[in-house]
Order: sequence, then structure tokens, then C-alpha cells
Amino acid sequence: MAILPPSEGWFQQKVAKDEKIWMGLAFVVSVFLFFWMIIWHVYAKQNPSFTTYRTTPEEFYALTEAFINKYKVGEENGVPVVKPPPGSDVFLLARQFRWEPVVILKKGEEYRFHISSLDVLHGFSLQPVNMNFMVYPKYDYVLTFRPTSAGEYAIVCNEFCGIGHHMMIGKIIVEE
Amino acid sequence: MAVAIEGGEKWFRTCDVTGFRVDVRAEKIAKLNAVMAVVSFLIAVIAALLLVLTRWQLFHVLPVDWYYRVLTLHGLDALVFWIIFFELAALVFGSTAFLNTRMSSPAVGWLGTILAIVGWLLVNYTILTGNADVLMTSYAPLKAHPLFYLGMILFAVGALLIVMVFFANLMIWRRENPGQSLPLFVYGLMAAAIIAVITIASGAIIYIPTFLWSLGIISDIDPAVYKLVWWGLGHPSQQINVAAHVSVWYLLAFLTVGGTSINEKVSRFAFILYIIAINVASAHHLLVDPAVSPVWKVWNTSYVMYLAVFASMIHAFAVPSAIEVAQRRRGFTKGLFEWLKAAPWGNPAFSGLMLSMIIFGFIGGITGVVNGMEQTNIIVHNTLSIPGHFKGAVVGGTALAFMSVTYYLIPLLFRKKIAFYGVSKFVPWLFGIGIAILAVSMYILGAFGIPRRHWDITFSGGPFTYTFNPVTDFFWALFGIGGLLAVLGALIWIIQVVVSVFFGQPFRGPQDLQIPIAEPPPAPDKEHEGFAAPGTFALVLLFITAFVIFVALNYGWLSAMWEVK
Repeated sequence: MAILPPSEGWFQQKVAKDEKIWMGLAFVVSVFLFFWMIIWHVYAKQNPSFTTYRTTPEEFYALTEAFINKYKVGEENGVPVVKPPPGSDVFLLARQFRWEPVVILKKGEEYRFHISSLDVLHGFSLQPVNMNFMVYPKYDYVLTFRPTSAGEYAIVCNEFCGIGHHMMIGKIIVEE
Repeated sequence: MAVAIEGGEKWFRTCDVTGFRVDVRAEKIAKLNAVMAVVSFLIAVIAALLLVLTRWQLFHVLPVDWYYRVLTLHGLDALVFWIIFFELAALVFGSTAFLNTRMSSPAVGWLGTILAIVGWLLVNYTILTGNADVLMTSYAPLKAHPLFYLGMILFAVGALLIVMVFFANLMIWRRENPGQSLPLFVYGLMAAAIIAVITIASGAIIYIPTFLWSLGIISDIDPAVYKLVWWGLGHPSQQINVAAHVSVWYLLAFLTVGGTSINEKVSRFAFILYIIAINVASAHHLLVDPAVSPVWKVWNTSYVMYLAVFASMIHAFAVPSAIEVAQRRRGFTKGLFEWLKAAPWGNPAFSGLMLSMIIFGFIGGITGVVNGMEQTNIIVHNTLSIPGHFKGAVVGGTALAFMSVTYYLIPLLFRKKIAFYGVSKFVPWLFGIGIAILAVSMYILGAFGIPRRHWDITFSGGPFTYTFNPVTDFFWALFGIGGLLAVLGALIWIIQVVVSVFFGQPFRGPQDLQIPIAEPPPAPDKEHEGFAAPGTFALVLLFITAFVIFVALNYGWLSAMWEVK
């Protein structure tokens, strides 16, 4: 009885057969889920990175500027467009309320993205593939992407960053 | 057992329904906390209505600044104030009336309550005056007015004081009743209280420096440290809810059908697992964040190898089986489910209990595991799936359980008759089905990539644009309908509570009892062999099948994404 102390001998009472089976099954599923995450790390291709460098907004801004100047191929709505070679480091800068630059990638090639913020937290949300990562100031988060599909992709900011949050949208173009 | 203090009898009244001796000083404190809970809930529900009608872009009623302001208000009043005030009421009432014992220190209880109310006032005031447009999480370096952080600190200190009074009450009970075990309901509350101490300590660790930072005394708050420690408050505060609402489930199973956990040892063991394993869960808010390693993520987010999920699954059997066994003893033994069909569905506390368990398990629980697994978090993080999950867990689970038990609190704690009792039987259905539709449609919208906390998903004013899959229009409509149903259910419940408590007819005794309290079922004729609760066993098998399929589906979707490492 939930509102009265348990009856005499409650601690010695045997667990019913069905409850015992259920507990066994639930425990096995729980432990399996735990090992599943480890197995996925070893065998599968989608795992969040933890490579991180300390940086400062000034340093990261300078790195991004240098990256843009090196690979710039044009401009779209005031945002520089860059086309780095496959296998290179890509710098993506988030700030209230824009993403810079627009990056052109080649399908099936690997790119080492460095993502950081100049001001507050932002969210990197790649659409429509729907992959989401956090962007911090002072931390350079390194994510190695290999685009497996071509087309135009949007980078939506999905961590609240201020009043203009909804205007913060960037772009990645993947060519065949 | 006699009260140890000379003249102490004047503190008590004897409940004419339950026979409990109720410390009137504790009762007053519990009442005030319960009223604050309902006031916070009212604010949260009005905010929810505005938010639903803004995110559903067909209406888009709030301007951008007010959208984030109201969202901040909704988050804190719903997820923190409503629920914690309710839990404080439960802790004070549970540790006195349910133990037939006295309040250790009414003075500390009042101090805690008043601090919490002052904190509540400061937070709500700073938000509504536009000085804290930082959302519930207030991630540094977003900065709010110092009074906002001060309010949070005062609220936390107040809550902590009441938790301490709860422990002191238990000690008095222990001294007066040597060798006895706590009733299961109070045992569960104790688990909630222990989790609360750890949670509130994390809150203090992060809000105090942030408060100093907002005053300019500290120059810098590291954003990653802030987020890590803040979630030591943010998620475990919801784990307090889980422990508290599971306790309420056991209580409701007893009150509505006379159900008793078929093995108290098992139920208590599951509460201990919560205490051991649940608080590390905060780590799953950092799964797609820089800096922390996979080993740290996998160990912590799995709640130490899913021991807390395991605990919830134990309760998922223990509560319905308590109901089933009680019903079977009454003679409802035909087939697997006669016990369920013959259950008192007209009792709002019973239908609320069942809906709360189903929504918490099938929606909140299953999605929570997918969200909290390291890799699948990539496809849900910060999308609308996240609030979809906790609408299922906290609103469908906790809030509905608390709403249901309130139908007993009105006569037994507030000593009032329930106003408009006739509509009560519809409220859990309206609210529960509304929340279920809302939660599922949000989860699906999130799977299409729709961000949470976003004023305009047409990105007006941005350098580029993006159009989400047009199928989402359908789910936005469902989202709106579910949200409006839930708001309607909540408002009816609030009106019932407010009218009963402040303007209601007095409850004069058992003859005024509108909501039935079940007689205990007849004792079993013989020792039971084999399955105690075959119907429940079938239901939990259905649950685990849905669970495994949903996890597998999400890993399937994930494997179709770009490669990332």
C-alpha cells in the first residue's frame, strides 16, 4: 500500500515470475543500447567528433578571413563564396546573425570543418540532411564531413542567439 | 505513537476520510506552495497558447521580441516553477500527513516558501519587462539582468530549505517509529528529494558566478562550462519530476483501485537506481558539443549503462501490475484485459493516471532514449523533436499525474468540494490526447529538420532562404490542434482548482467526497503461482517492441546522412 508502511516480510517476498522475466528483458535491452553506441563508433560512419581547439574570436576571425581570401570564387547576397580543394580545412564562422562563407564542396570528398562563433552560442543545422551540432565562441569544433549527396544545403541556426536568430541562414553547395 | 512534544496535540487535526493526523502548520505551507504551482501553471498555459499560435505560422501572432520573451516565461513557469512548487507541496504534505508525524520546523518551511516566491516574482518580473530575453537555458554569454539570476538563486535556496525540512521530518518520524519502513509513496518522494539536493547544488554552482558576472564582478563565464553545469540543474530537475510523478502513480493506483505494488522490494530498488544513475543524464545535452570525449558522453548519457531507463521500465511494470492484481482479486479475471476494461475510467484520477503512464512511456520515454543516444542525437539536437520529447515526458507524464492527484488534494488538503466535478472526467482525456498529438507532431516536425526556439522558419530578412518539406504543413496543423486541445484541458482544470479552492463549498466529511477512494481488494484465497499480471506483461512487451523498433528506425535514418567524424 503506497500510503502505509509495507506489510511484514516484504523484503523476503519472492518476485513474481512475470516481473522477473520483464526485469531480465528490460536489463538486457538497456545494456545492449549501451554497447550499441560503442559498436556504432567502431563500425559506422556517423559519429560526433570531439576534436576541439581552443581559440579566440579574434584568432578565429583572422583564420576565416585568410581562408576566404585564399579560396574565394564570388559573392552571393553579400556573403563570400569559397571553393576549397577536397581534403582541405574549411573555416565556417557564426556570428549574430549570419554564417560565413558559403562553401562549395565536391560530393564524396572529405573536408575538415572548423566551426566557431564570434559572440554567443549558435546551432549548426544542415538541411535537408538534418545534421545538427553546437557552435561555441572560444572553441574551434572540428567536424570532418564527407557529403554523400549533391545539391544545395541550408545551414539553419538552431540555437537561440538573439533577436535576429531567424535571419541566420547560410549555405553549402555540393557539386557532383 | 504519541507526539513527543508537550502540548503538541493542538497542531493536529484528524482527517475524517483517511484517518491521518495532519499537522495543520505543514498543511498551510503545502497549500501555499500548491497555489503557487497552479498560478505558475496558469502563466505557462497562457504563454503556451501564444506560442502555439506563433509557431503555427498560419497565425504567427507574436512579434519577434515577444516570442522569445514569452518562450522564456513559458519554459521557466512550466518546467521549473509549476512543477517544483507542486513538488514542494508534496514533500511537506507527504512527510507529515502520510507519516502521521509533525512538521520539524514550520519557520524554515515558511522561510523557504517565501524565498521561493520572491525568486519567482523576480524571475517573472525581469522576463516580462524585457530584461531577460535569454530563454530558459540563459546560455552565457547571452546576458540577462542581475535580478533574473538572483531570482533563480533565491528560488533554489528556498526550495533547498524545504527539502531540508522534508529530511528533518523523516528523522522525527524515524525517531517516533523505530524499525518501520517508509510507505512507498514517501520513499519515492525521498528519492526525488535526494535528487533535488544534487540538482539544486548544480544550479547554485552555475547561477552564483553568472549572477556575479552580470554585475560585472567576474569578467568572463566560459560558455562550455556554463552549459555543462547548467544542465546539471536543467535535466536533473526533470528527474526530480520523474521520481515524484512515479510516486504519484503508486499513490493513484492505490487511491483509485486499491492497487499495491506486487513487490515493494522491486519498486524500491528501482527508486534507488534513480538516485544512483539518473543525475549524470545532463551529459546528453552535450552530445554534439565540442570538447567532451565520446567515452564521457557514452558513459554518462547512457545514465551509467541505462540503469535509470531500466528503473523506469521496472516501474512501467510495477504500477500497472498493481492495478491489474487488485482488479483480478475483485473477480475481473477473464482473458488478458478484463481488469482494464472494468477499471474505473470515469474517475478522472484513474484515466489521468493511465494516460500519464502511456504518454510518458510510449512518447516521452522512447523518444528520450533516441535523443539521448550519442549518434542519433545528431539528427534531433535542437530540432522541434526535443520539445516534442519533453512534452511527452514532462507535460503528458508529470503534469498530467499532478493534475490527476489534485482531484484528491482539493477535498483532502484544501477541504473543499471540487467545483464542476461533472466535467472532471473529460479533462484528462482532453489534456492527454491534446498533449499526445502535440508531442508526436513536434517530434515529426523535428525529424524534418524544423528548429526549436525559432520565430520564423521562412527566414525572412536572411541572405538565403530554405523551404521545409511541404508535408510539414500538415503536421503544423496537427501541432496547432493538439496544442489548443491541451490548453483547453489545462484551462478547465485550472478553473476547477481556482474556483474550488477560493470560492468552493467546504468539504465537511466523507459524505461530501465526490471522487471515490477505492476499498482495498479482497485478500487472495491462495498463494499465487505463475504470472501475477499477464495483461501487464503483454502491455510491456508491446512497449519494448515499439521501443526497439523506434531506436532501430532512427539509426537507419542516421546512416543515410552525410558521413561525419
